[in-house]
Amino acid sequence: MSYAIGIDVGSTTLKTVVLDENGGIIEKSYQRHLSRVREVTAEHIKSLEKILDGKKLKVSVTGSAGLGVADVAGLNFVQEVFAAAGAVNRELPETDVVIELGGEDAKIIFLRGTLEERMNGSCAGGTGAFIDQMATLMNVTVDELDELYPLHKRIYPIASRCGVFAKSDIQSLLNQGAKKEDIAASIFQAVVDQTIGGLAQGRAIKGNVLFLGGPLSFFKGLQSRFIETLDLENAEFPELAPYFMALGSAFNATELPDEDAISFDNLIKKLLHKEEAGTFESGQPLFASEDERRLFLERHASVSVEERDISAYEGRAFLGIDAGSTTTKVVLIGEDDSILHRHYSPNGGNPLPIIREQIEEIYSLCGSGIHIAAGAVTGYGEELVRAAFGIDFGIVETIAHYTAARHFNEDVDFIIDIGGQDIKCFHIKNGMVDSVVLNEACSSGCGSFLETFATALGYSVAEFADIALASKNPVDLGSRCTVFMNSSFKQAQKDGASIEDISAGLALSVVKNALYKVIRARNADELGKNIVVQGGTFLNDAVLRCFETEIAREVIRLPISELMGGYGAALYAKYNAPEKSALISPEKLKGFSHKSKATICKICANKCCLTINTFADGGRFISGNKCERGAGGTENKEHPNLVAFKYDYILNYTTYGTGRAKIGLPLIMNMYETIPFWSAFFSSLGCDVVLSEPSTRELYMKGQHTISSDTVCYPAKLGHGHIESLLEKGVDAIFYPCMTYNIDEGISDNCYNCPVVAYYPEVIGANVPNLKNFCKIHIAFHNKKKFVKRIFNELKFIPSLKKDEVKIAAKRAYEAYEAYNRHVEEHGKYALEYAKTHNKPVIVLGCRPYHIDPEINHGIDKLLCSMGFVVITEDAVCRLLPKQKVGVLNQWSYHARLYNAAKFVAHHSGLQNIEMVQLVSFGCGIDAITTDEVSEILKNAGKLYTQIKIDEIKNLAAAKIRLRSLEAMMKGTVTNERRPQLSRS
Amino acid sequence: MNEDHNYPVVEFTQEMKETHTLLVPMMLPIHFALVAGIVRNEGYKVEVLETTHKAIAEEGLRNVHNDTCYPALLVIGQLIDALKSGKYDLEKTALFITQTGGGCRASNYVSLLRKAINKNGMGHIPIATFNISNAVGSGGFQIRKTAIAKFVISFVYSDLLMRIYNQCIPYEKEKGSSQIVVDKWVAEIVEQMKSTKFLKIKKNCKKILADFSKIERVENKKMKVGIVGEIYIKYSPLGNNGLEEYLVSQGAEIINSGVLEFFMYRLYSMIHEGKIYGGSLKRKIISRLVMKFAAKKQRDLIRAINKNGNFEPPNEFRHTIAACKGYLDHGVKMGEGWLLTAEMVEFIHSGVNNIVAVQPFGCLPNHIVAKGMNRKIKDNFPNANIVAVDYDPGSSIINQENRLRLMLANAK
Repeated sequence: MSYAIGIDVGSTTLKTVVLDENGGIIEKSYQRHLSRVREVTAEHIKSLEKILDGKKLKVSVTGSAGLGVADVAGLNFVQEVFAAAGAVNRELPETDVVIELGGEDAKIIFLRGTLEERMNGSCAGGTGAFIDQMATLMNVTVDELDELYPLHKRIYPIASRCGVFAKSDIQSLLNQGAKKEDIAASIFQAVVDQTIGGLAQGRAIKGNVLFLGGPLSFFKGLQSRFIETLDLENAEFPELAPYFMALGSAFNATELPDEDAISFDNLIKKLLHKEEAGTFESGQPLFASEDERRLFLERHASVSVEERDISAYEGRAFLGIDAGSTTTKVVLIGEDDSILHRHYSPNGGNPLPIIREQIEEIYSLCGSGIHIAAGAVTGYGEELVRAAFGIDFGIVETIAHYTAARHFNEDVDFIIDIGGQDIKCFHIKNGMVDSVVLNEACSSGCGSFLETFATALGYSVAEFADIALASKNPVDLGSRCTVFMNSSFKQAQKDGASIEDISAGLALSVVKNALYKVIRARNADELGKNIVVQGGTFLNDAVLRCFETEIAREVIRLPISELMGGYGAALYAKYNAPEKSALISPEKLKGFSHKSKATICKICANKCCLTINTFADGGRFISGNKCERGAGGTENKEHPNLVAFKYDYILNYTTYGTGRAKIGLPLIMNMYETIPFWSAFFSSLGCDVVLSEPSTRELYMKGQHTISSDTVCYPAKLGHGHIESLLEKGVDAIFYPCMTYNIDEGISDNCYNCPVVAYYPEVIGANVPNLKNFCKIHIAFHNKKKFVKRIFNELKFIPSLKKDEVKIAAKRAYEAYEAYNRHVEEHGKYALEYAKTHNKPVIVLGCRPYHIDPEINHGIDKLLCSMGFVVITEDAVCRLLPKQKVGVLNQWSYHARLYNAAKFVAHHSGLQNIEMVQLVSFGCGIDAITTDEVSEILKNAGKLYTQIKIDEIKNLAAAKIRLRSLEAMMKGTVTNERRPQLSRS
Repeated sequence: MNEDHNYPVVEFTQEMKETHTLLVPMMLPIHFALVAGIVRNEGYKVEVLETTHKAIAEEGLRNVHNDTCYPALLVIGQLIDALKSGKYDLEKTALFITQTGGGCRASNYVSLLRKAINKNGMGHIPIATFNISNAVGSGGFQIRKTAIAKFVISFVYSDLLMRIYNQCIPYEKEKGSSQIVVDKWVAEIVEQMKSTKFLKIKKNCKKILADFSKIERVENKKMKVGIVGEIYIKYSPLGNNGLEEYLVSQGAEIINSGVLEFFMYRLYSMIHEGKIYGGSLKRKIISRLVMKFAAKKQRDLIRAINKNGNFEPPNEFRHTIAACKGYLDHGVKMGEGWLLTAEMVEFIHSGVNNIVAVQPFGCLPNHIVAKGMNRKIKDNFPNANIVAVDYDPGSSIINQENRLRLMLANAK
């Protein structure tokens, strides 16, 4: 007989279990391996010498990083989910469902009935790494995060599918002053939602549910969220939870043939066995020679900004604050633009305490000789900071950065800022900010990413940057989702890459991510001739070097790289200094206090999460609102907003017939446009028409468990909730047809719908249980005769139906659809007229029919209205033009509308003040094509292109930056000698 | 040229037939070798790209919107990479791409490619396209309608070679012996194209099968794993990180359906569409005729395999058509459409419960026909062991292999 050892090497931790001859557990361990996978494993086994020496050992390895260990050491490998299922079957056979969360993986096992084992797909939302990232963002440890949980009073919706989206949700919550405990609870809830939405795929999680893995055994908050959400009576969190994979692997080892048993010494030898140096993909060294390196460093050292001793300065001074999402930057400059004082620090999500301290410090440093003449603030926290401290100007980030960059190079035409969490890039054309690009999901490699790796490897950020310069063969890590970067990183380590090469490789991947995924540049000329790079990440010389090498061009980086936003704000304050600054006085500052309260705005369906900030002087600042009403303003009823107009119109389509049958029409995808058609059709047949409830987050949750693909777009996922809503309403039949083709509007070569719009009814049919009389007929509008014939055969749920009735109903339906379109177009004309007579700027919102749903657009239309824009949808203007020639295959109806609308904005509107904003749902594959084309049409006509990506994500911070930049560019401001010109000449 | 695009659209003209070499991106080595042979016989100069290095994906990332599907990235990346390699005289080179058309975003390859070459200052390079389902070429690139029959026949041969190769490779006693048969017959068939020998399907199939039968194979049966998915990722090792090789190395025998089936799926969808939406009579007659021809050739292939007795034939296509009943309608015709679901069901019917469903990350049709149908398949066949794997330039191989391992562990 022999001992069995199970070794589970996960993405971040090592777990081991040793079983004696009788299968009893005699040892178990859990530790972080800091990516030193094999060393840590060997060390741990060595430490067990007392127990193991002299025994015959059977060993099995499991875990996501276990395969490499097993291969090199020549040990048996068993897949981890398989191992876990084995262990559960033996230890807790009563279990119905197992949920296991690991570092980078989430798994679910259904044991009762059909065995099903599932792992998360290629998105890493809802894993341990996700929780780690979010804790870092909040500047707490994961344990503290869990300790915060019991104090929570409410839960905010946080996008769970992608860490990048979740980050921006959390950031804006933090910046708005939401309570940390509430955010902690919301993070755990996001993990729960992701697990259910991504992994359940139509199977109910009920009965005896067993929770395994590190995060689920350590975080009480996460446990409680799961129990509450799934309404579980029998949830089990076994003491052994973190060790189950290792245990399963040990069980697996016991079944190995006896001849596979080895001695302790042999096991150690195997584990320490030097693998043959692997090969890894690598690039050119950062520097070909020592000289090259020296020249590079000298060149950048020569660019500098003057700093003065504040105590030796007298006169006016100007304050610039960059209240970023995670860091706060404060700069004070003198009359000659030299820096008198500077500060940079992380803010833990709340910028106010640091800024207060800083202003206090500045006042004390200034004494009586320096007079602060003006202040400006930029960044995420701009509005709050401005309200709190009486800062004279709030400016959009792009303007602040441009003001700073231009100070150092008049001709700057491209600026890229890589910070801790964000990448921002913009072109400058004719002295104005031209296009703004921000990083989004799947393009997230930024500074914090380098920091995470540096810390994991035991280096400081500066050291880590430094060693990279010595790299001979920078590892090619690609440019992928940072959460998964871990595995390539491990691969490279396994293949023998040095720390230098890895550090340089990471720097390179940040650069490649920025260039090819965010900016999508083909060559340096597309960027610009005079490039200024900034943001804290560019203080890393390896990043700077990689950037220059990759674009084969020299760029300017200042030693105050990370302070450029603040410096720009200070310059802006100087150029625009008012007679008297409104900056909070030293006396008032002493008594400054700030309280925040979270509440939900109940005025409309958007249900904005408002934060009400109150200051000591009684001043209030409300944030989180998307329209004026939330902040206590009023809405101008006459101000045209076609999104709201269409939505209200559609919602009023519930009709009552003779009660012949009650037909449910779900508010999903293309139904948002075809409801006038179907409603008229069924009413004409004497049926009652019932619509599903308007979308809300709660409605989404209702259908979440039947979603079959976690990467499909949010509008499609939301549809599952609408079907549940109709089931609750008790209709005789649910009608949701498959439509390969749209109606031919004469503006495209063909009239396809996208595959998801066309066939989503099939998914509903195959995944939603309890559907009776669900009609998902494949039907098209263009052949009216065929239409009548086909639909007649499918409407069995309407009693004693006659073909003639159907003919008449079809006629009514076509008329109603026409009428709806006319109505939208008429309203579009009214809106354009209104804009003309009231001299209002116009935004044509390029979207899809379903983007009028406030749960999908998150109130962007209202935000635009509150900024003074007249909002027109693409379908109101697209048919004003004939079919346009475009550079791509023009065969989708909705997309053809976008091209026509873009052409309308570009050439035919007859208005000066009109721009287009395109809404893109995350995961919309076809928009990869439309966005490029629409952007090209607009840009070639000298128009601006603004794209806003939307998903579950609630907050509009990123959208706001884009829209405010757009506003600044459109409005134009009075120009000043040294000030960047914002107006269009 | 139009008002918003300042680049020309350069077509492949008839004169270029003499002067230009057409570069073809690789998908399936056997099939493409034969298709290239047919096109050469039509008088064109053709080179199928065999490059596989990493720079291809990089070139794709640089030149195509990153949210575009992975196959587009690779196909365009491979072509641009070739143009930049210095191997070709850019004045005498043209690019070739096949079109499948339809509502999937992949039908935009040509415009994306055109944008990409223009951005690289190579806008003067002509692009020829060919739509396999309706045999329509672009500009000066035209294939005689009679050549359609040749394509169908070439699919029969290539599918046979691929299929039997897959059935031999896990068992061969002498490594590489199956590949030798494949290579021999690819060369032979290309040679035969010059004469009517090529048309003698039954005779050729018999000989091919006899050659495969001679390969010495070990007896023990291995687990079978079926592969379904988006066509490029399913077949191209460049796209699926050598999926087939990996599965074989893990002790599996892989099965995947042929190009002929895909071709028939397109035809059947066209016929079905005529039924439900209406359409021209001419189109109806032609598609039915071609369908009939293809189905007959498939039966020839099946008969040959049965006669030989050593290998497993594919299912007759009419069974494939029937297999997706109860899952989804034949109106689902974008991408791999109903065929993908039907293939999964067929695999299970024939006792192959282990299935890998591959797709580019964010593949739109596969939300419906692959991931969307899993629930129902699983309900009907509790033993089904299906794993979905996504591919894109960012997904890590370890992550993919771990999911495959899970499927394999359950298969054992």
